[in-house]
Amino acid sequence: MVKSTSKDAQDLFRSLHSAYSATPTNLKIIDLYVVFAVFTALIQVAYMALVGSFPFNSFLSGVLSCVGTAVLAVCLRIQVNKENKEFKHKTVVTNLRGIVAMFVIAV
Amino acid sequence: MMAGGLARFVVLILAAAICGAASVFQPISDSHRSAALDVFVPVDGSYKSLEEAYEALKTLEILGIDKKSDLSSATCENVVKVLASPSSSTLKDVFYALSVNGILKCKSGEDVPKDIVSKLQTGVKDAKLLLDFYYSVRGLVLVKEQFSGTDISLGDAETVFRSIKALSQSDGRWRYSSNNPESSTFAAGLAFETLAGVISLAPSEIDNSLIQTLKTSITKLFDSIQKYDDGTFYFDESEGPISTTASVIRGLKSFAASESTGLNLPGDKIVGLAKFFLGVGIPGDAKDFFNQIDALACLEDNRFSVPLILSLPSTVISLTKKEPLKVKVSTVFGSKAPALSVKLAQALSSGSKGSSVINNQELKFDAESATYFLESFPKNFDVGKYTFVFEILVDESANEKVYITEAQTKVPISATGAITIENAEIAVLDSDVGSVESQKKLDLTKDEAVSLSANHLQKLRLSLQLTTPLGHVFKPHQAFLKLKHESQVEHIFLVKTSGKKSELVLDFLGLVEKLYYLSGKYEIQLTIGDASMENSLLSNIGHIELDLPERPEKAARPPLQPTDPYSRYVPKAEISHIFRVPEKLPAKQLSLVFLGLIVLPFIGFLIGLTRLGVNIKSFPSSVGAATSALLFHGGIGAVLLLYVLFWVKLDLFTTLKALSLLGVFLLFVGHRTLSHLAAASNKLKSA
Repeated sequence: MVKSTSKDAQDLFRSLHSAYSATPTNLKIIDLYVVFAVFTALIQVAYMALVGSFPFNSFLSGVLSCVGTAVLAVCLRIQVNKENKEFKHKTVVTNLRGIVAMFVIAV
Repeated sequence: MMAGGLARFVVLILAAAICGAASVFQPISDSHRSAALDVFVPVDGSYKSLEEAYEALKTLEILGIDKKSDLSSATCENVVKVLASPSSSTLKDVFYALSVNGILKCKSGEDVPKDIVSKLQTGVKDAKLLLDFYYSVRGLVLVKEQFSGTDISLGDAETVFRSIKALSQSDGRWRYSSNNPESSTFAAGLAFETLAGVISLAPSEIDNSLIQTLKTSITKLFDSIQKYDDGTFYFDESEGPISTTASVIRGLKSFAASESTGLNLPGDKIVGLAKFFLGVGIPGDAKDFFNQIDALACLEDNRFSVPLILSLPSTVISLTKKEPLKVKVSTVFGSKAPALSVKLAQALSSGSKGSSVINNQELKFDAESATYFLESFPKNFDVGKYTFVFEILVDESANEKVYITEAQTKVPISATGAITIENAEIAVLDSDVGSVESQKKLDLTKDEAVSLSANHLQKLRLSLQLTTPLGHVFKPHQAFLKLKHESQVEHIFLVKTSGKKSELVLDFLGLVEKLYYLSGKYEIQLTIGDASMENSLLSNIGHIELDLPERPEKAARPPLQPTDPYSRYVPKAEISHIFRVPEKLPAKQLSLVFLGLIVLPFIGFLIGLTRLGVNIKSFPSSVGAATSALLFHGGIGAVLLLYVLFWVKLDLFTTLKALSLLGVFLLFVGHRTLSHLAAASNKLKSA
């Protein structure tokens, strides 16, 4: 049983990897940015766990800014993704430039 | 000196105002004269202006101080200079030069100075403002007085009268000019003087109706008079009460002097005005001093009514000395009053309301000292505070002047006497039962060495009887018993007076805590005092040995008595402040390690980007577009740098300022970059 699950996991992982390579480059850039922001937030949480939350304001601002920019990047990704058919009519502006402009303003 | 004088003046005015219905006004005396020497004689012998010189010299002349020889030389030079060439000086200078000349007599004689007269007469003709009228008309009056040459008269006196009258208002005040609607009582005084001058210079009688209108103006003006509680009247305006009231009085005096028919003014108000000026005391300001003395001189010598003031050299009657009560009645300057009779209508004691101890007692007159005195007091005149009410009756028959006094003058009087102290004794009582353990009689006139002893279960009683000379019970203002321990700790107790005697009972059982449980020898001191008591006393009665229980743990300690009585003024102990303990910060190395760790994801991001094949191919290459693109990215970098600076050292406001500037810059540059990019992509699409 274990072997099959590990094999399944490996197969799963491989199929994911191949599917992911098919995504367009600009989406991959946004994904990378999100991963970067989340990592930064995690490192700050680890630091706070280690030394205590004395300047609590600093901790909050650091973590929440990372998380916020990650969330905005995810929104951008949703709107930019051509394969996302459900989302087509829900955007305020339909062209790419408008979506990017909104992202920049939000940040 | 000015500030001190001004402060003194304010205090005096306040004192006059706060004094209730009863107060004493003293006529002008030598203290005024010596103060005048301080205020009016300049250090270097010359005055700053002719107006100041006139005020100073007039005051010194009224007070009878002869300083002419010292001051006349420099001032006379000024006067002669102005009078020699009147055309080059203003009307005001000519007027004050003539005024000073009237006092110092620098230039006099038969010949009338024609150029001065002509200047003043043209001044009258051309005058439009009240002050111009005043200076020119009064100047002509002064020329007429000083130079006994040809007669000067005002050509069309009635026109001048009317034009001055045209500036008046219905409430009795006057305006300074026809353009300015502001009116003032001070200007009314000036107008009265001017109109009086016009009347005296007129070649023929002025129409009586005009003079009547002026009299009604005066009556109207008196309706706006103000008063204080102590019966003083005054006029108040923006120039200040003293200047305004003095100006009005001067005007009234000139008018009454020039007018043949009498001017009827309410007598009580005239006396009130006199009391106002006497109540000022000694002013520190030169102008106020001049106004005070000048106004009082006008009141002393005028044709409507001369006020008389009742004053007392001393308001304390001593029943032991049996001296008579002296009263003086004089004019405001202290000169002799005419024949009159003074009556003490009532002597109201402060305690009993309404009933008077003395009724309608006539005072005898002593011609040598010009005082009225009351020799004997009735038998029921006891010590204490009284209000004496005096009435003055002027003998009308033999006077050419009209004298006026107050209807009733109220004066506060204090009667003092020797208080007898009887049956003074001090005793130690056993509590509850009240039986006397030891009792000693006291003679409070000499210091005694009474020796008592008591424990905390007993009481100390002091009792005495205080009686006035008439035998009534006397309640002193201050009656204290002081117990002083060997260690200098003191306690003060009040001796209460009730019914027949004054008594104090100290119950040591209740006082044990107050005495800080200190046993030992206590000195006893008794103090009795009052304003009406001529024999107030402070006597050391003796000492008492007190046996008090031990001090329990929680009881208060006696305060440390300083060995040196001045040690309460030494600096106090230093206060050490307790600050909040700062929070514990993590170790520096740990923070630096994590700083490095934070940078790692960013580096990972960049590496990932290059692995994905991110390119910057659409970075424009043409010069214009490239510069704007570079500037744009540079601007963004600058904003990020600003964030770092804000974190490290800048404050929010400078950061926001810099950010706004950078933002505007970025807006322009970014717009240009984007338009370049849009143009490039359009070209690509079309191409």
